[in-house]
Amino acid sequence: MSTITSTIQSGASRELRNHVSVGQTVRNSFSMAYRGLLKVRRTPEQLIDVTLQPIIFTVMFTFIFGGAIAGNVASYLPLLIPGILVQTVITTSVVTGVQLREDMDKGVFDRFKSLPIARIAPLAGALLADTVRYTIATTITFVVGFILGYRPEGGIGFVVLAGLLVIVCAWALSWIFAFFGVIARSASSVQGISFLVLFPLTFLSNAFVPSDTMPDWLQWFVNINPVSHLVSAVRDLANLGTVGSDFWLALLGAAVVVMIFAPLTVRAYMRKA
Amino acid sequence: MATSSDWAVEATGLVKIFGDNRAVDGVDLRVRTGSVYGVLGPNGAGKTTVIRMLATLLRPDAGHATVFGHDVQHEAQIVRQLIGVTGQYASVDETLSATENLVLFSRLNGLGRAESRAKANELLEEFGLTAAAKRPLKNFSGGMRRRLDLAASLISQPPLIFLDEPTTGLDPRTRSQMWDTIRRLVSTGSTVLLTTQYLDEADQLADRIAVIDTGRVVAEGTADELKSSVGKSSLQLRLVNPADRDDAVRAIRSVLGVDVTLSPEAARITAPMQDPDRITDLLVALREQNISLTELAVQKPTLDEVFLTLTGHGVETDAATQPDASETPKGRVNA
Repeated sequence: MSTITSTIQSGASRELRNHVSVGQTVRNSFSMAYRGLLKVRRTPEQLIDVTLQPIIFTVMFTFIFGGAIAGNVASYLPLLIPGILVQTVITTSVVTGVQLREDMDKGVFDRFKSLPIARIAPLAGALLADTVRYTIATTITFVVGFILGYRPEGGIGFVVLAGLLVIVCAWALSWIFAFFGVIARSASSVQGISFLVLFPLTFLSNAFVPSDTMPDWLQWFVNINPVSHLVSAVRDLANLGTVGSDFWLALLGAAVVVMIFAPLTVRAYMRKA
Repeated sequence: MATSSDWAVEATGLVKIFGDNRAVDGVDLRVRTGSVYGVLGPNGAGKTTVIRMLATLLRPDAGHATVFGHDVQHEAQIVRQLIGVTGQYASVDETLSATENLVLFSRLNGLGRAESRAKANELLEEFGLTAAAKRPLKNFSGGMRRRLDLAASLISQPPLIFLDEPTTGLDPRTRSQMWDTIRRLVSTGSTVLLTTQYLDEADQLADRIAVIDTGRVVAEGTADELKSSVGKSSLQLRLVNPADRDDAVRAIRSVLGVDVTLSPEAARITAPMQDPDRITDLLVALREQNISLTELAVQKPTLDEVFLTLTGHGVETDAATQPDASETPKGRVNA
């Protein structure tokens, strides 16, 4: 009974601050990420897309394109696995936006908004928890590739680094889809808009085929497409064990996306509040 | 001029417009610290919107509101440290268990890991949810969900608690349990602002009541003040021949000088009764016009009548014949 029977401190005598410190923002975000992980544990069926999709896509693309593009399956794998990895993980980051939209329609978001926590925390936490999904997708893609005969020359250390790079970039991109999630009216429209953005980005890149067979105008786009840089960076890391300029370009691109879309998303979220 | 410690909530001229619907149209509220304030109104009257604006969940389009002297817009983060909000639809996480919910909200309120766990257990005990603590909320009854929701609002022991229709959809027993909990809260010094569409709930719990309809406060005061505003008691008449209704209404107006309220089925006429002595005159007048009665009763006012009189709901079908039945009292008691 102690909760209710103890006298409540009056509003006027409390010491209060009108801003949230950086430390509190981080703590709040991690608490929200903890919620995200609990949700995953409660509804493991949410993980179907990050477990089945990498398996199906990797096997499918390997055997469809392998012979045509690289002559045989074994020599296509070093080209394809980094490409399919990037494509799968970025597709997964769309789900972040869709689930955020569904989540925000629930009553619990009213409570989050009424709590004295950092405004960004419910968003940042959800996005942070989703890195678990990206990690699963990354691991499975590499494992399926390994089973099909892919032997990355870079060694395990560089493969892990390549995986981390993809996860970081996917997290950055998920801010874009989170933004759609916040401004859209329904979860299905988030999915629609997101795939409209996603398909040109992932297919008009060097993810599945070398870009030198494409027409000039398309090559121009493919070469400035950040997805191409990410794919090249992963290939450099996993296949050659080198950190090239594409690695830094991919990280820079990720940072720019977060710097633009994180504030946009938070502002849109607060306006909706 | 009252100081900020006297008033838990002070709102003036709150307006919220959704599209071309003025959901809240100039609401003034003053809630004294340590009291229970009831906002009473039918569905869609704007109650929830008012609460959401005061709880920093919605930005007012016009007007100004403070919570313990802190502006809800410019000092929102301070206000959030002073309030607990229990929404109309349980604002807890359906996918988590009761314990997980309370631990999460404790963590977000700045409690440590061990503290959060202790707090969660304490609240589960307090609200009789210990047995169901580990179950996912999907299997919770409406009453259990509300209790958990309220428990979550009390983690930071906020001095002001908003309860948006805390008992809507609950069975009578669970409702009276909820009332007991609210009364206990107030005895510890909390201020409670609750909305309800139940008149008996406002009557039972609230020290002061604001009646709100179509986004406006149509009356404000204690339950007794509101009741006496529609007359000390009311006179109820039922006619033998419903065709005599208009004549009867005219007679009441000329003899008692008051406007009547017609029951929805229009078979019963209710008139506020300020002066019992003049009932004799009325009965004589009715006899002279050959209007026969099947029933004559004097009733003490209930909040139901206050509500009906103030909002005019239920007499809409007779609006053409009774254009001012709901207007006059509205003007008189408007605070």
